[in-house]
Amino acid sequence: MISPGAVDQVFVTLKDWIVFHTPAPLQTLVSIVIEVATIIVVFAALFALATVFERKGLGRMQNRYGPNRVGPFGVFQPIADAVKSLTKEDVVPRAADHVVHYLAPLVLVGVVFLTYAVLPVGRNMTAVNLDAGVLYFFAVGAATELAIFMAGWSSHNKYSLLGAMRAIAQMVSYEIPLILSSVAVIMIAGTLSTVKIVELQARYSNGLAHWYVFTPWGLAGFILFMIAATAETNRSPFDLPEGESEIISGYFIEYSGFKFALFFLAEYLEMFAVSGLGITLFLGGWSSPVSFLAWIPSWLWFFGKLLALLFAFIWVRGTVPRLRMDQLMNFAWKFMLPMTLVTILSAGIWHFLTVAVVGPKPLGGVIRWLVCALVIFVPYITLARVLERGRRIEKRVYRFAE
Amino acid sequence: MTLPFLILAIMTLAGGVAAMTMRRLVHCALALVVSFAGLSALYLNLGAEFAGLAQLLVYVGAIAILIVFAILLTRGGEGEPEGAFSPAGIVGAVVALAVFAVLAWAVETSGVARAGVTVAAPQITMREIGFALMQRYVLPLEVIALMLTAAMIGAVILALREKRNDSAGDSGAAQKQGLRA
Amino acid sequence: MTPLAGCLLVSALLFSVGLAGALTRRSAILVLAGIELMLNAANLNFIAFWRFGAHPEFLTGLIFVIFSIAVAAAEAAVGLALILAIYRHARTSDVSEITEMKG
Repeated sequence: MISPGAVDQVFVTLKDWIVFHTPAPLQTLVSIVIEVATIIVVFAALFALATVFERKGLGRMQNRYGPNRVGPFGVFQPIADAVKSLTKEDVVPRAADHVVHYLAPLVLVGVVFLTYAVLPVGRNMTAVNLDAGVLYFFAVGAATELAIFMAGWSSHNKYSLLGAMRAIAQMVSYEIPLILSSVAVIMIAGTLSTVKIVELQARYSNGLAHWYVFTPWGLAGFILFMIAATAETNRSPFDLPEGESEIISGYFIEYSGFKFALFFLAEYLEMFAVSGLGITLFLGGWSSPVSFLAWIPSWLWFFGKLLALLFAFIWVRGTVPRLRMDQLMNFAWKFMLPMTLVTILSAGIWHFLTVAVVGPKPLGGVIRWLVCALVIFVPYITLARVLERGRRIEKRVYRFAE
Repeated sequence: MTLPFLILAIMTLAGGVAAMTMRRLVHCALALVVSFAGLSALYLNLGAEFAGLAQLLVYVGAIAILIVFAILLTRGGEGEPEGAFSPAGIVGAVVALAVFAVLAWAVETSGVARAGVTVAAPQITMREIGFALMQRYVLPLEVIALMLTAAMIGAVILALREKRNDSAGDSGAAQKQGLRA
Repeated sequence: MTPLAGCLLVSALLFSVGLAGALTRRSAILVLAGIELMLNAANLNFIAFWRFGAHPEFLTGLIFVIFSIAVAAAEAAVGLALILAIYRHARTSDVSEITEMKG
């Protein structure tokens, strides 16, 4: 009988075995190569899976089939897409700045892959255990904006430049709520290391894990984080930078063939990376929510959560219409930013409402939860009322479609 | 002087030289980014993890974007009529070389360079930096916070569109400019 | 050459490059970029002295660099806002053409 622990650590054991059987001077190199290759292969495969998942899911939501020609239920569609994009002609506009135009997709994909280094995808399965892991993630992720600018500017096309400007404005604006909503977690955990944050959440009391999403500030922070993440990855309803009906395709309008596929890849990878960080910070990383399910391997938990968040992204895309530019900016600065600050305040109150203040466990815990929830809920209602003041919501009138 | 240090130093300096000599402003900005990224890697190489990542976050993520936005908003994308190899450029290069000569002479002759023995990299955790910022250096931290707020308000007011100038699209950029600070 | 001297020389070179750019380039944005380079050279010095200095555990150089980065962010924001304001007045960001003080 194989023990659950052995299954949990099977990939770690395998890597250690391979490294052990290589000559000593090459061991560090082999270890690094294995880690990098695994990340690239696994997440590129997940990208292929996600594209077909997304198209099928969207199809279901829109009462159609989605891709169903290649293979059973269309599951081999990504392979067909890959062949198509690889064999297409690579068109570069004559006026384009060739070097920058060539470099932009490479920089984008490279930078996004770099962020995976600090994601703990399973127990003992983090490529680099940095002491400043979360900071590293945001610092490296900030370079994606520059790659998008390179793509938009070098194409010498007004639509691509407009798309790049929109994308940068949006990403810069939503980066602040994204970082601030993770500050609450960092404050409570007392560390910037992604590994330690997950380990702190993988403890159980009464059979329930200490995930931060189970606290009021964690729940609010998680929702804010995911909204900001949607905007950060330029996904619907925040897909103005691409806005097919307005600026055709935004910053990658002048890209074709394999370079376009790279942009597509980077977009999905960014989504996985930021979802992975959300899982790490709020959803307990690789840990199980209840202690009696802890025998399920840690990496299965991580990827299960990732797929669940992916489904949420697809669901939102199938449901919510695109925002206008002014709505986007107002939402970021007038709603998201104050709410993240309130979340931080609530986390601070949570930290100081210890057992000594609110009393022993069952009742004290409830009081603590309610007080912190109130600290978020009251500003939320007030803010929403202030922002909605003077706006009358009426029954929609359809002028041409009665 | 290890090999990684040498590579990173060359990358930083090449980026800096390219940023100061290239003709198109956007290319200069991108070269500047290479230089900033090289510097942040140098900090990491020297064991200053937090400073290196902060450098990357602020310089590549914010200042480079600001510079690029400013270039586009001032129609500077077309490039300068003359490159760096004008008479003024040569004079500047000579002045810079003289400054470098003086600095190098100072570094070489001072006791600091020769006395500096190779010490083990200090093991600094994020926790220690956090405590230092919150205890010993809390006053400078608050002053910096105040200054950043003042700079943000100042930048917004400066870049706000004036009433008599009616160039469309500037106010949105101004807002972004200031709030990014 | 000791590691410290290497760092100081790199920093001196970077400072000179920034100085040359700030003195000779005509675009105000590049002048600002040159100043940023000089500031970065100073930061590298601080990190080098912290790393190879006598008491790295006091974190003085490191904290100084962190504050310096924050100041640089503010400086860039205000400086570029100024350049934008000047551009709107004078329709140019060429420092050699902005010769009037009358707005």
